[in-house]
This record gives sequence, C-alpha cells and structure tokens, in this order.
Amino acid sequence: MTASGLAVGVQDTVAPSRRRRSPMIYFALAVAALVVVSLVRVLTGAGNLTSSGTVAAALTAAVPIALAGLAGLWSERAGVINIGLEGMMVLGTFGAGLFGYQYGPWVGIVAGVALGAVGGLIHAVATVTFGVDHIISGVAITLAAPGLTLFLAKLYFTDAPGGGQKQSPPIEDVPHVSIPGLSTLLGDIEQLQWFFVSDLAGLLRGLTTDVSLLTVVALVLFVATAYALWRTAFGLRLRSCGEAPFAAESLGVNVYKYKYAAITMSGALAGLGGAILAVASSQFRDGQTGGRGYIGLASMIFGNWRPGGVAAGAGLFGYTDAMQLRGEGAVHALLLLLGIALLVLAVVQLRGKRYAVASVATVIGVLFIVWFALSDQVPPELVSAAPYVVTLLVLSLAAQRLRVPKWIGRTYRRGEGG
Amino acid sequence: MGRISLRSVGLGLAAPVGALVFALLVCGVILSITGHPPFSVAEDMIGSLERPRTIANSLNSATTYYLSAVAVAIGFKMRLFNIGVDGQYRLAAMLAAALAGASFMESLPSVVRILLTILAAMLVGAVWSGIAGFLKVTRGVSEVISTIMLNAIATALVAFLLNPDRLAVTVAGSNNIGTAPITEGGQVPGIPYSGSSSDVYGLVALAAVVGVAYWFMLNRTRFGFDLKATGESESAAVASGVNVKKMVLASMLLSGAVAGLVGLPQLLGDSHSYALDFPAGLGFTGIAIALLGRNHPIGMAFAAFLWGALDQTSNVLDLSGVPKEIVVIMQGVIVLSVVIAYELVRRYKLRLEQRDVGRALGTTKTPEEVQG
Repeated sequence: MTASGLAVGVQDTVAPSRRRRSPMIYFALAVAALVVVSLVRVLTGAGNLTSSGTVAAALTAAVPIALAGLAGLWSERAGVINIGLEGMMVLGTFGAGLFGYQYGPWVGIVAGVALGAVGGLIHAVATVTFGVDHIISGVAITLAAPGLTLFLAKLYFTDAPGGGQKQSPPIEDVPHVSIPGLSTLLGDIEQLQWFFVSDLAGLLRGLTTDVSLLTVVALVLFVATAYALWRTAFGLRLRSCGEAPFAAESLGVNVYKYKYAAITMSGALAGLGGAILAVASSQFRDGQTGGRGYIGLASMIFGNWRPGGVAAGAGLFGYTDAMQLRGEGAVHALLLLLGIALLVLAVVQLRGKRYAVASVATVIGVLFIVWFALSDQVPPELVSAAPYVVTLLVLSLAAQRLRVPKWIGRTYRRGEGG
Repeated sequence: MGRISLRSVGLGLAAPVGALVFALLVCGVILSITGHPPFSVAEDMIGSLERPRTIANSLNSATTYYLSAVAVAIGFKMRLFNIGVDGQYRLAAMLAAALAGASFMESLPSVVRILLTILAAMLVGAVWSGIAGFLKVTRGVSEVISTIMLNAIATALVAFLLNPDRLAVTVAGSNNIGTAPITEGGQVPGIPYSGSSSDVYGLVALAAVVGVAYWFMLNRTRFGFDLKATGESESAAVASGVNVKKMVLASMLLSGAVAGLVGLPQLLGDSHSYALDFPAGLGFTGIAIALLGRNHPIGMAFAAFLWGALDQTSNVLDLSGVPKEIVVIMQGVIVLSVVIAYELVRRYKLRLEQRDVGRALGTTKTPEEVQG
C-alpha cells in the first residue's frame, strides 16, 4: 500500500502570476490586523487581548508549535509527509527530562534534539529505503514513542529525587533576556490604554521582555532554514526532491541522501520543540506534548509550506492557546475577532470571483458575530478547539491558494522514473 | 480467489510472522538492556494467558479493536486514511450513552432501546466522518488533516457536553462524572465464560456481524468492487464509470458509521455510562490492527485478538516490576515492521514472477546457462 491518497476534489492550482509581493504588503497587513485587534479591544473592553502578558504567553506557547511546523516543512519540502512529528516531540521531551535534570538544561536540549533525530532517522529508513507509506510509518512512530518513553520513565524517574512514574525530576530553566530600558518605557505606554499605540507597545513589550534564550534559538533556526532552503544549492536540491525527484535524479542529485538529511533534520527540530516544551515547564511529563505535533503540522499547511507562514500560523495557535489562560472576557472577544476575520476573507474571495466560498465565509463570519452578540462568555472547554476550527476553516476556504510540494507523499525509487 | 499454492500462502504468512519475530527480538533486547530477563517476562505473560479471566478480557478488548479496525479498513481499501475513527467513536459513544440513559427511553422495549442506541451511534459517527468526506470532495482538503482536526474538536466537544450543566451527572461515590447510567433494559447482557469472573461482551455478536457484512460488501456487491477498484487505480475506476466523489463520500460515511460502534460493546456491556475514564485512543489501535490484518476480515480478527491478549497479559508485568509499556513498544514495532515486511515480500514476489515469466518465455538465462 504505497499511496498518496486519492486525487479527487483536488484542483490543480493555476499558478498565480507570481509578481513578487514586496515586504511592505505584509507589513501593511500586520498593521491592519493590529488595528482590527485594538478596535475589538476598545469595543469589548477586553484589555487582555493585547497586553504584554498575553503576548509573552503566546510567544512561549508558540515556540514548540513553530518548531514542529518547521520540522514538518523540512520533511515535506523533500516530499515526505511527517505525521510522526508528535512522536518525535515526545522523544524530545523525554531526552530533555532524562539529561536535563542531571546535567542542566542545555545538555537536556541537545539530548532531546538527538533523540528526535533518531525518530526522524527511523521514519527515513521506513519511507525512503523501504518505501513504506508515509502516514503509516508516522502513525507507528507516534504510537511507539509514548510507550517507549513511559517505559523508560518508570525505570529511571520513579526513584529519582522529585521524580515519579510519569514525570522527571525538575529541570532548571535557561536564562531569560530583555532589551534593557525598553521594558519600562513600553510598560508606561501600555498603561495609557490608547487606541493602537498602547496595543503596539503591549505587543513589543511582550516580544522583548524576559524572553527565553530558547526562543531566540528558535528564531535563529527560522532564519537559517529560510536561508538554507531558498538561498543555497543544497536547499534547491532538497526542494527539487520534493517537487520532481526524477528530474533531480537526472541532474545527478542523490535523492535518497537529501531525503535522509531532510527527514533527520525534521526529527531533530521536532525533538527540539519537545525539549523546549519540557524545559519551559521545568520537567518531563507523560502526555506533555498534547497534540502539539499535529498543530505544528497544521501551522505548516496554514503557512503554505513557507517559514514565514509557519511562524505566523504558530503565532496564531500560540495566541489562542494563551487566550485560554487569560480569562473569559478575552476569549469572548475572540469570537468577534474571528467573525471579522472571516468577513475580510469573504471580501478577498469576492474580489477573486469565488462567490461560493465568499458566501460560505460570510455566513460563518456572521454566525460568529451573532454568537458574540448573544452571549456573555464562551464555555472554556470549547476554546481549546479554536485552533483546530480555524485550521479547518482556512483549509476549506483557502485550500485552492495553497501550493503543496508536487511529489508529497509519493514513493520514489531510484531509476524507476518514466 | 485464484488457486492457492504453497508459495503464495508461505509468502502471505512470511510478513506478519517475520514482523512478530522481529518485534519480539527488539523487545527482548530492550528488556535485556534495562536489566529484565526477557524469557521470564514472556513466561509471566504466557502464564497469565492460562487464566480464563484473561482470555475473556482479551476477547472483550478484541471486540472493540476489531470494530475500530473494520472502520479504518473500509477507508484503507480505497486509499482513504480515516485517522478520525478516534474522534468519531468517542463522540458517538458519548451521545449514544446520553440517549440510552435518558429517562424517556425507559418505557421502550429492550430490543428497541438497544437498536436505537446502536443507530444513534452509527449516525453520529457517520456525520462526524461525513464532514471530512464532504470537505474532501468539495474542497480537496486532505482527509488526514481534516480528521486530525476533527479528532481534537471532538475532544473539546465531548468535554463541553460532559458537564453536570449539560449531559453529565456526578458518578456516585467519586469525583468522576459521566452520562446518566443506562438502566437494565438498555444494557446488553454478557455471555458467561466458564471459570472467569468477567463475562464476554454480548456485543461480540455485533462485531461478528460487522465482519461478515464487511466481507460481503467487499466481495459480493458492486459497491465493494468499485471501492477496491478505486483503491487500486483511481484513473482506471474513473474510466470504467465510477463516480469517485460519490465513492469517497459513501465510504467515509460507512467508515464513520462503523466507527460509531466502537465504543458500544464496552458501553452497553460493562460501563453503562460514558464517563471521563472511558477508553480513548482506540481509533489508532484500529489503524494498527487493520495494517497487521491487511484489511482482511479474518486477518483483522486474529490481529485484534493478538492485540487484546498483549494488552491483557501485560497487566501481570507491573507485579514483577517490569513497566507494562513494553507491550506498547512491541505493538509500535509490529506495525512498522509489518508494513516494511509486506513491502519486502512484495518486491521479492515481483522478482519471482519476473523470473517465472522469463523462464516460461525463455528470454532470461539461469545462472548455469550464463556460466556454461
């Protein structure tokens, strides 16, 4: 069973005329988004929407998801679906737990990365060498990893000081840094509650104050990935393996080697995401990843297989994650925000003459706004579904604009090109 | 079915047996490294299998796993990955439990009550998987991603509904909450197993019926033929007049309907209420079993029993200080190695066939001829 699923329903995208959009467009979009958010804040009085505390919490929550998404990006750009991200993250949390409490957080991080890479390597052996279906191999890894880690946890953590059957002894955190001087200044502006200005100050303060060094590492990795995959010969070859491996082969690229490198890197990044999760919550716990590998995968799709998009998607998920901890008022305001976002999407789709999609988006958007108007709060249980609902909406309303690597999920064997 | 030769049977069995042996080896090595003698562990597990209670419980687990595997297999047969069986059965079991426990059901005859519960569960499962099917055929959204999202949404939805303000009540004598307990008329009585304190679920019959229906659907109906044809080659199926969109939707709905049944044997036979401790993750077990049993109705039955027996016998391990998760490791290794083994066997078979054809046509030379 070596399949990439059915092609039914998938419409080949007409390659959009790629005049390269200037970065200013994205900047303008970000500003517009912030204006909308601060408008919602003023309207609903939910100050938590843009407070620096929320932003900082969102950043912390986003980093593991972003790294999982980046891990997925490496693998899928080389044409291999990696649904085993969750399992590789679990391995990462365990590595950080086992070595982190004995030798300090940095050794723990390295161990987590190494264990994740081993998980990636197993996925590579199964999918590349043996041509096993990518989904099946990923599911098997996600199945086995929690079993393995719990088995080892029971053996090594039960009698350790401060540990238990399902958790490691505490791990120290890594140092946090702030940009000196900026914090108090921005804090003062944030207190003023001015429209937009205070929101911007809250956002910047959250991003520059008390930031874990691990977040900085993650940021560096995003930039490095963008550079390595899009600005080097190595990256071009790696992406060609995900688009047209036989063409790459005919040009002398060793496709197996590149796929192995990409998937191992993918595992290492997922392991890092897991390790950061463990260090940030000061210990390894069974079931700690809680589906973040899958959300990472979703943020990668959301981000259209590009590093900047992955970061944006992860930021969004991190934000809803942080919202859950920030009281019901903020969560309630999210409904209005979601409704407005859908209406904006409807207008965009309308301009592209996709009337069916636009009308569906309008209906759902209006429903959210009505829900907002008619209720005082959102049941907290439902909030945890928000990232998934958003992903489903994005996928179903904007799926046609996504550009999937051409050879994704298919088996490649050397010399079998037609 | 064509003629059955010794070679084809041997090759068919080679993969699962090889994978099992490999998984045993891996677990043996892990046990040895961590300082547990593998043979005494195996002895403990096999020893516990001699107790009737273990067999009865294994059968019960296998019943649940089998239903889950059939749900997955319906999708697999046409290359659809219904990763969402997990969310489908949890939502279905929860809502069916709420219906079966509702007070207005009390007045109905027992058979009607049970049938209504079963139908409700199938309907909920089908609706939940239908969303993924609908998005696939209308918007081309990969069912893998959409069902993963739907799993998470189902988790939130169940948590939302399983609240004392809504469908749940507090379970007496604990801080657990669950749906209102199903009274005797709505329960399915168990089948006593001699020597065992726990009964075999009555709904083991349901699993058998589903298995036979699955076999019949695949091999004796046009729908099943189209299903397999689409799985073998989508373009060929389209050329022969199969409406693939309709097939995708139909098989997703069918898969979801069977997924809805997964929680019922336990619900109606043992726990009688959907509480916080209702088993989760059975959908993923179903994937593993469907793979091990190659989507074959009988193969999956064996695989389901193997899985159930592994789970149940692992309970003795905690007594001897071996973490029972060694069994989970073993299951994961089995899944991965069995698909690798199938692939290796497929390649080997291809080579054998090429050689046979070559020999029949006289176009390839045997090594002796080359040397001579």
